[in-house]
Amino acid sequence: MTRLIALDSLWFALVVSAFGGVVAPLMLARGNRKWLSVGQGAVYANFALVTVAALAMIYALVTHDFSISYVAQVGSRATPLFYTVISLWGALEGSILFWAWVLSLYSALVVYTNRNRPGNLVPYAASTLLVVALFFHILLTGPANPFHLVSPVPPDGPGPNPLLQNHILMAVHPPLLYLGYVGMSVPFSFGIGALFAGEGGSDDWIRLTRRWTLLAWGFLSAAIIAGMWWSYEVLGWGGYWAWDPVENASFIPWLTATAFLHSVMVQERRGMLKLWNMNLVVGTFVLTILGTFLTRSGIISSVHAFTQGTIGYYFLAFIACVLVGSAILVAGNSDKLRTEGRFDTPLSRETIFLFNNLFLTVFMFTVLVGTLFPLVAEAIRGVKVSVGEPFFNRMTLPVVVALLFLMGVGPALPWKRGSADALRKKTVPGIVAGVALAVVVLALGARSPYGVLAFAFGGFAAALNIGEFAEGVRARRAAHGEAPLTALARLVAANRRRYGGYVAHLGIFVVALGVAASSTFRTEREATLKPGETLTLGRVNARLKDVWGREEPQRDVIGATVELVRDGVVHATLTPRMNIYPMSQQPVPTPDVRSTPLGDTYINLMAFAQDGSTATIKVINEPLVPWIWLGGGVICLGAVLAGWPARRYA
Amino acid sequence: MTAPNSPPPSGAAPGVPPRRRSPFTVAALVALIAAFAWLIWGGLNKNVVYFLEPHELIAKGPGGMGVPVRLGGLVRAGSVKWDAATRDLQFDVTDTTGMFIHVKSTGVPPQMFRDNIGVVVEGKLGNDRVFDCTGLMVKHSNEYRAPKAGEQPKNMYKSLMKGAGA
Repeated sequence: MTRLIALDSLWFALVVSAFGGVVAPLMLARGNRKWLSVGQGAVYANFALVTVAALAMIYALVTHDFSISYVAQVGSRATPLFYTVISLWGALEGSILFWAWVLSLYSALVVYTNRNRPGNLVPYAASTLLVVALFFHILLTGPANPFHLVSPVPPDGPGPNPLLQNHILMAVHPPLLYLGYVGMSVPFSFGIGALFAGEGGSDDWIRLTRRWTLLAWGFLSAAIIAGMWWSYEVLGWGGYWAWDPVENASFIPWLTATAFLHSVMVQERRGMLKLWNMNLVVGTFVLTILGTFLTRSGIISSVHAFTQGTIGYYFLAFIACVLVGSAILVAGNSDKLRTEGRFDTPLSRETIFLFNNLFLTVFMFTVLVGTLFPLVAEAIRGVKVSVGEPFFNRMTLPVVVALLFLMGVGPALPWKRGSADALRKKTVPGIVAGVALAVVVLALGARSPYGVLAFAFGGFAAALNIGEFAEGVRARRAAHGEAPLTALARLVAANRRRYGGYVAHLGIFVVALGVAASSTFRTEREATLKPGETLTLGRVNARLKDVWGREEPQRDVIGATVELVRDGVVHATLTPRMNIYPMSQQPVPTPDVRSTPLGDTYINLMAFAQDGSTATIKVINEPLVPWIWLGGGVICLGAVLAGWPARRYA
Repeated sequence: MTAPNSPPPSGAAPGVPPRRRSPFTVAALVALIAAFAWLIWGGLNKNVVYFLEPHELIAKGPGGMGVPVRLGGLVRAGSVKWDAATRDLQFDVTDTTGMFIHVKSTGVPPQMFRDNIGVVVEGKLGNDRVFDCTGLMVKHSNEYRAPKAGEQPKNMYKSLMKGAGA
């Protein structure tokens, strides 16, 4: 019953999307205005139908309806309710369904908020979104159908992948990632819609999608940080980023989206870079689809590649269609996408944005090439290779340093024409801060050149962005005699977009500081201890108390109790564990972390004697790692500030 | 879908100066892209790590020595030697051909490390034909299957499980 309702909804959604995505715009282009409401109706109907299908899946998961293939694949009676619900996105078919639902939600919201806008832009954008939805419905009714009938019905299932049910962040990271990924189809659809409506040259589509882009970008930023955090808390190696193809897949579109957020300002202010912006929007969307292809087709086997299947070809065909279609559209509109302004002097904010875009694009291509190279090598030469971390680190660190530099200089330069003198005066605090930070980390023992440079230019950028706040507050205090905090609040409230951007910059700085510090100053030590013995690493004394075992409904747990001792007093107790799931051939490491503002003590249980007489633990000293998570929050705060609908205008 | 009817580009729109890229700009752009491509190519060539099985690495002869590789295979039964005091770990990695490579490592073996388990070792093959291991991973299988009889970790750790009987 559940199965039939869900499948019928998906088939109806497919028909509705085809109708609203293909037929409606064709009729509209012939001047048949009656079709406007048909397109709108199709968007709402699609949302309702996919919602029914998604709810049916959740219902089937919760009621353990193992006659449905997806439930039989990821469900289990022993799994706690919470992890049962979130296993909706635990494997391929469910995550495609979830994707389609997020897309239908975005589409409905976009159409609803713009329902009174005249012109053809929104209807064409809505149709573009429905065409994207159509692709996902084809997957859901074809190669990624989660609702196959299983016969005979198994009495129980294997449960979700152990790595996915071992940490609460698995409830956070995938939805954020999908909200970010799928959100990028909104600016894409408006760009394409504008081209179809012959409004490609006007900035309307950019103004209409500015907040949507920021929203998607904020979600994607949060998702990347949450993914790092998950990797840190679950994989047990004490790191958070390994240039794994799946990490790269989430990061690559983030780079182009970030470039777009900056270059739109050049278009809005100066009427330049129109063609470029269109390309960035299309590129970002294609990269999100490529990312889904990489993660979900099983083509790259990595820690994330849980799924294998044949749907890769569908993705490749869709990517090809989007690229060819967009290229034809953009080429047909090239006269409308011509630039209106010109760059006046090299010393202007728009020049900085241009370089920002150049470096972000170089960054994107580097990561993309490094990610795809193993695939190409295997396809052409039949060899299995991996591109090591050194490639990514060596190639991208100079770019990161350059971007940090631009992040400081950009806000210090005015639009159109800046003067060298003013710039020199303005950047003094930045240079002082940068040099000071570099000296401090050199004194602390940092020796890697890029590590020191990252600190230096990070400090430079942070000081100059803080300087923008300080200058604004000073001006307001002088003009209105306000108290410092009032002045700050009103300054930000009056120029949300600008200061939201600076807040996001500060967030990036905080993340960069956390990454630079933890990769420069990380120390670790591993030892096999008997109960009562102590491992010493720097100022940390970790004493093994005991090794124990425990049965839980869905898993067995082996743990070690480790006490952190200072001056003979136990000041913290950590319990690193190994969780053993019935369907897994090996235990899932479950490290325990003690956080302080200056860094983490990270303890992982590596091995233990089967009689409990010894345990091997690894203790890692991770300076400033919590700053990365904090910085992620600051970035999101910046996005919210910049994107929140404003009531007052400066 | 219909393509918007766009007039052929006929000169510049009013107020817009006609755009012409100077040969210098084009040359600079090409040079920039070429330099970038060269950098990436060089970086890739230096940092690509081959994934090989023991017989493939042996077949490379001296050419396979001293370069970082990831060696994948099974731990040869009976080859594991582990000294808890010096944390010195030695074992052989073998493959379906029966050829094997001797691996030297330092550190505590992972919990599931044992005879016949799939491993990936990172490191270099030395001139003495001993593989110097810098990273050891027990191979994840992407497919989840129920462990076979005797593989069930719970049985292995029964002595630690409360209520499971010692």
